[in-house]
Amino acid sequence: MKIKDTLENYCFVLPAITIFTVFYIIPFFWVFQLGLFDWDGILPTKIFVGLANFKEIIFQDKSWWQSMGNAGWVTLIALTFQNALAFLLAMACDREMKMKNFYRVIFFIPPVLSEIVVGMVWGFIINDVSGANIINRMLIGIGLPQLAHSWLNDPKTALTTVAIVHCWKGFGWGFLIFLAGLQTIPRELYEAARVDGANAWQQFKGITMPLMVPVIVLVAILTVLGTMQAFALIIGLVGGELGGHTSVPVLRILASMRGSSRFGYACAQGITFGVVLVMISFIQYRFSQKGKHN
Amino acid sequence: MIGGIKNFKGVLVFSLLTLASINLAGCSSQPSTQAKGKSISVWHWMTDRQTAFEELAKRYEAATGVKVNFELYAPSDAYSQKVRAAAQGINLPDIFGILGEKRDFSSFIKAGHILDLTSYMNENDQAWRNIFFPKALALNEFNEDNSYGINTGTYGVPIDIMTIQMLYNKDLFKQLGLDPEKPPVTFQEFIDIGKKIKETKLQGMVSGWGEVWMIDCLANNYAFNIMGKDKVLATIRGEVSYTDPDWIEVLGLFEKMRNSGVLSDGLISMVNKTAEQLFANGKAVFAFNGSWCVNVYKGMNPNLNYASMLPPKVSDKYPMAIWGGAGSSFMVNARGQNKEEAVKFLKWFSARDQQTYLSEKTNNLSANKECVGSISEVLSQFAKSMDFATHPNIWGVSEFPAVIEALDKGIQTIILGEKTPEQVAAEVQKVKVRELDKKKNK
Repeated sequence: MKIKDTLENYCFVLPAITIFTVFYIIPFFWVFQLGLFDWDGILPTKIFVGLANFKEIIFQDKSWWQSMGNAGWVTLIALTFQNALAFLLAMACDREMKMKNFYRVIFFIPPVLSEIVVGMVWGFIINDVSGANIINRMLIGIGLPQLAHSWLNDPKTALTTVAIVHCWKGFGWGFLIFLAGLQTIPRELYEAARVDGANAWQQFKGITMPLMVPVIVLVAILTVLGTMQAFALIIGLVGGELGGHTSVPVLRILASMRGSSRFGYACAQGITFGVVLVMISFIQYRFSQKGKHN
Repeated sequence: MIGGIKNFKGVLVFSLLTLASINLAGCSSQPSTQAKGKSISVWHWMTDRQTAFEELAKRYEAATGVKVNFELYAPSDAYSQKVRAAAQGINLPDIFGILGEKRDFSSFIKAGHILDLTSYMNENDQAWRNIFFPKALALNEFNEDNSYGINTGTYGVPIDIMTIQMLYNKDLFKQLGLDPEKPPVTFQEFIDIGKKIKETKLQGMVSGWGEVWMIDCLANNYAFNIMGKDKVLATIRGEVSYTDPDWIEVLGLFEKMRNSGVLSDGLISMVNKTAEQLFANGKAVFAFNGSWCVNVYKGMNPNLNYASMLPPKVSDKYPMAIWGGAGSSFMVNARGQNKEEAVKFLKWFSARDQQTYLSEKTNNLSANKECVGSISEVLSQFAKSMDFATHPNIWGVSEFPAVIEALDKGIQTIILGEKTPEQVAAEVQKVKVRELDKKKNK
């Protein structure tokens, strides 16, 4: 009877396990397996190279690590600027204010737009050669001509410009999750704090922040995962890697598959990238757990 | 108890049905290559030609009763991935094209996906072979001494030919005080025009250098002009270093172009579509583009007054070379069930009447040499330059992709003013040595 119950329980989760195995576990191992071969993606024969592809990525491929650094920089800006903006706007919309539902809709429009469309539209707004050069015209218009600049074509500013456009596109997700988190905080806590004489800053520090830690961690993990994998926006904005200055890991993986026809190497890059993302997420999770206990 | 058993059975049946449906879903897609009556499937990426292709398919069906389905998959990157995926799944259509280098082409042949068309080409005293421009056919052939290990033969049917060269806007030339009938012939003349462009609000040369392969194209043109074909091929074989003074001179040309102002601002982040818009809208004096641009410019600005020119030469020692040859080609699926029908269709498709129609409708240069009389003036300028055409796919040796990437990215950094030609040359050679070592160890 106990065995029957156990089997019955397993049967309930069997479809989910099967789908997860077929679409996630097996492809992962398959991609890892391909990463151990030198293969162009067409020939039926593959040459086994062991961990050579992984060694090359880790010890020789400077452009890979440059792309990781670039993605890291964009992620850092997203984690700070984008999430701070999202948090502030969520706090504003959590209060009783006029037209708050309107703002909620407006803030959520950028995330639902296609990355490539956002890239091309912002490219048109920013670009001084093929676009409308609106940003520079505005700077000149407000008496700051010294700041007018070829934002997307200068290696010093291209990546940061990409990061800022990415923040514009991405803050809506964080906003929505933060808002949902803020609305779960019991209002009585704030009322009690006010009765005890706590000011706004003390309420924020003593109630909002501690209770929002799990939400902040969730948003941070989603931001890291989403930003590190961004690439279509870069294609739309800059057209490519700009001599390596705007290259990101996914663009490098695509270059290995498409440009060099090194499918095995691209698979190894994909696995390496996946491992890095899992490690970052795990570290963030551990920090959040530590923060919770403190 | 009974209810528990019934429940258990229900859950079991549900689970098995779910699994079965997943399996069935995985097995249900049939290869599109399977013949359904008399029909041939063709996959391609040429958005601008779909309507003309469909019209020709109608004509073929009317003449032979065989239905031809032209399936368009664009953009070209997506098409390229689709064909590769179909090859891996042994699911290619009857006729398809390959986008990529000769190395990719050879892999498709080695994998048994492409039919050897040599015997068909040679039938009736080489009647089919003789209708094509030899340079167009060369890109689809493998010679005896090819380094890819492919049997000698012809494996594709060229549909059109293309050359990649420079174009200039005649109206903007007048505006700059230049003779619109006298484009710059030497590199120095070209650079001098850059100084004039700098004084205006115009852009210099535009091109899709954000996509890097076009940089490689111009760099190779100048490498042929400065050091000759033999030395370029010797470099690819690893017998000459990229730090050789001739290569540094090639790289130095990009530095000179940047300093003179003859290059457009933001050139290295420019995709070719943007470059085409800028040139078509009269904002750029020069463009570096392929002969396909004639159709593109016509669509963007039918009144554009322009002409083509060879890249201005640096040296008289060797002739200037430009990339050219077959623009697009079709291959027959060796595993397809309609091989013979596919070959018959391609014979009909590549014949004069059909190619003339295609050339007139799409402004592309036909690979059939009997159609040259019916093309526009600019297109005929492109066609005349075929004498200077070469292509990496007919060199018999291929440079390592990592080296090409290092060279192209290096040139980007020169244009950005971040590195000197000497630095880039040293870096490219370092990658070359690494790749050669890897090849030896294999």
